Amino acid sequence: MNALVVAGVLIVLLGISYQTGWSKSRNLVTADGVKVHSRPQYHGSFTAIWAMIPALVILLLWAWFGGGITHNYTVSQIPQDILVSLDQAGLNGALIRINALASGYGVAGETAPWEQAAGDAVRSFNFLTFAGTLILAVVAGGAGLFYARSQINARLRARNSVERVVNVLLLACSAVAILTTVGIVASLVTEALRFFTFINPIDFFFGTVWAPNNAGGDNHGSYGLLPLLSGTLMITAIAMIVAVPVGLLSAIYLSQYAPKSFRAVAKPLIEILAGIPTIVFGFFALVTVGPFLRDFGNAIGLQISATSALTAGIVMGIMIIPFVSSLSDDIMNQVPRTLRDGAYGLGATQSETIRNVLLPAALPGIVGAFLLAVSRAIGETMIVVLAAGNAPILRGSPFEPVSTITVSIVNQLTGDTDFTGPQSLVGFALGLTLFVVTLCLNIFALYIVRRFREQYE
Amino acid sequence: MDMLAGKVKKTSLNVDSAMNPTDVLERPIRLTARDVTVHYGAKQALHGISIDIPDRAVTAFIGPSGCGKSTFLRCINRMNDTIEGAKVGGTIKLDGEDIYAPALDVVELRARIGMVFQKPNPFPKSIYDNVAYGPRIHGLARNKADLDEIVVSSLRKAGLFEEVKDRLQEPGTGLSGGQQQRLCIARAIAVGPEVILMDEPCSALDPIATAVIEELIDELRENYTIVIVTHSMQQAARVSQRTAFFHLGNLIEQGPTEDIFTNPVNKQTQDYIMGRIG
Repeated sequence: MNALVVAGVLIVLLGISYQTGWSKSRNLVTADGVKVHSRPQYHGSFTAIWAMIPALVILLLWAWFGGGITHNYTVSQIPQDILVSLDQAGLNGALIRINALASGYGVAGETAPWEQAAGDAVRSFNFLTFAGTLILAVVAGGAGLFYARSQINARLRARNSVERVVNVLLLACSAVAILTTVGIVASLVTEALRFFTFINPIDFFFGTVWAPNNAGGDNHGSYGLLPLLSGTLMITAIAMIVAVPVGLLSAIYLSQYAPKSFRAVAKPLIEILAGIPTIVFGFFALVTVGPFLRDFGNAIGLQISATSALTAGIVMGIMIIPFVSSLSDDIMNQVPRTLRDGAYGLGATQSETIRNVLLPAALPGIVGAFLLAVSRAIGETMIVVLAAGNAPILRGSPFEPVSTITVSIVNQLTGDTDFTGPQSLVGFALGLTLFVVTLCLNIFALYIVRRFREQYE
Repeated sequence: MDMLAGKVKKTSLNVDSAMNPTDVLERPIRLTARDVTVHYGAKQALHGISIDIPDRAVTAFIGPSGCGKSTFLRCINRMNDTIEGAKVGGTIKLDGEDIYAPALDVVELRARIGMVFQKPNPFPKSIYDNVAYGPRIHGLARNKADLDEIVVSSLRKAGLFEEVKDRLQEPGTGLSGGQQQRLCIARAIAVGPEVILMDEPCSALDPIATAVIEELIDELRENYTIVIVTHSMQQAARVSQRTAFFHLGNLIEQGPTEDIFTNPVNKQTQDYIMGRIG
């Protein structure tokens, strides 16, 4: 309700200020001999910006500090003798009851008279501060509006000012993405450092045993990364062995041989494969592929576990086929037609042209596509949770259950966690490791893609 | 019609050649096109082109953009095959042999009819590998020394060898535009073609590089049959012995270059040469 009122007031303010600036600007046109610098729309936007910014600043300030002020006021409404008798949890409970009374939702059980009184007081305080803030915002906005209106004349460079504001707005939006990344990395790093106060980094990065003691106590257990890393890399390698040939060859067929009509149907279908949720791939692995591999292994005398690195790797490979094929297809289509014509013109056959000219020219881009697929495979969780067997043991055989970094993060962080011991903090260290590995791969991929761009210019 | 190489045969098309004893059509005819049509899907791009192209001479195709001159050029080595939806009708014969005959191997045909494109398009390989590419896929060299010989002599014929002899292993894409285009010419020559098709070979080059290529074309004429498509009438006048004027998918007029430029018969040709259309 309050949000709606605020939004309504802001929209009205926006409309009025824009209209004011616009109509004042229209009247300038009659001024004799002087050319008006900016179009009326810019004068309108100029006025609107001047009106909106002070109003928004006041609303934001209240949003920032209002909570604290209200909290202090609410606490002050609790009688002194009761306040001293409350501990932290009791105080929080009392505040929740008072706020519930104030907002009119009501509370369970009897209300003490002081609670009712405090609730009424807080309700009127809330209303007053809300109305006060809103009025203040409108007044400030109005002041901005009149100031801007008084500034409007034929030579005012409204267009330049408006575009500067738009520039700042665009910058702010890109800053959101950057700051989020920085924040996440910073929190990963600090939490990982806390983890390393419990566990020696050497034991973590080079340990071969993964056996966290989740019961707590002084014995933390051992946190060796290597079993998880080897499981991750093994599954990723199997996935790439599946996805690279299938994806690349299908891309070659689609971009070079397929008739247009087939391509128009096949390409979207392959891309739908990328839209299947990974959890669905996960139970496809668990229910179909795993048992099939086990039976197949039995038939040829191989001991293959139903949940194993092989199962997870194969299904993950199928999952990333569209990444490889779709990206490679786009890259091959970007190879200039003149280059292919050059080979045809020399009497090269189609397959010679593809092998000798098209693939070498597209190779860096294709490698970039592979690396993006690898990043995707390394970070994949749901398929391995279901199909890899969750056995964090250092093993060389792909036919046995393994575990991965992502699965271990899930295991350590699900359920009740308090982030005070290494049992849960290890999640951040693992997350950081994963982040660094995929980041390196992405940087490598970007580097390759950039070289690709300069290839034939 | 007997159009075998080595036999001189005048056709009714070439009235002016009879009046002009120095016309290169006195020479053997290599290529004969009769009623060639091209459709791209439902759109007809060429309406019955008939032309004879003489041996060891430069024939220029001129005309405004979209007139079909490049389309016709691409019919001669069947490059239109690579474009989906393109359909070619009529007959084109190279030394009397129908190049659209089902039994003809298009790969062999393109080895005999080389092509140089509008934009220089060296492969992203070394200068050496660019030139060696054709001989390699066609198995023209028995050993490394043979291949070296082909590469060097092709680069020489294209007038590029002196400039690149010390950096044959550097990428061909690192050369200047004019050098790249001469590299493409060397690449075409290396396969040992009889005919070289050039599709506006100088349109992406500066005037100096253009002059070098034009000089080169004049030299190559002694050994190859050359067909060049050009936007520039001055270029056609400078390098060609015969000129054909295309307009809206029709072949309007053809004849010795000098006649076309000084004394065009057709009104449209006249207008184009005077700069009134195109």
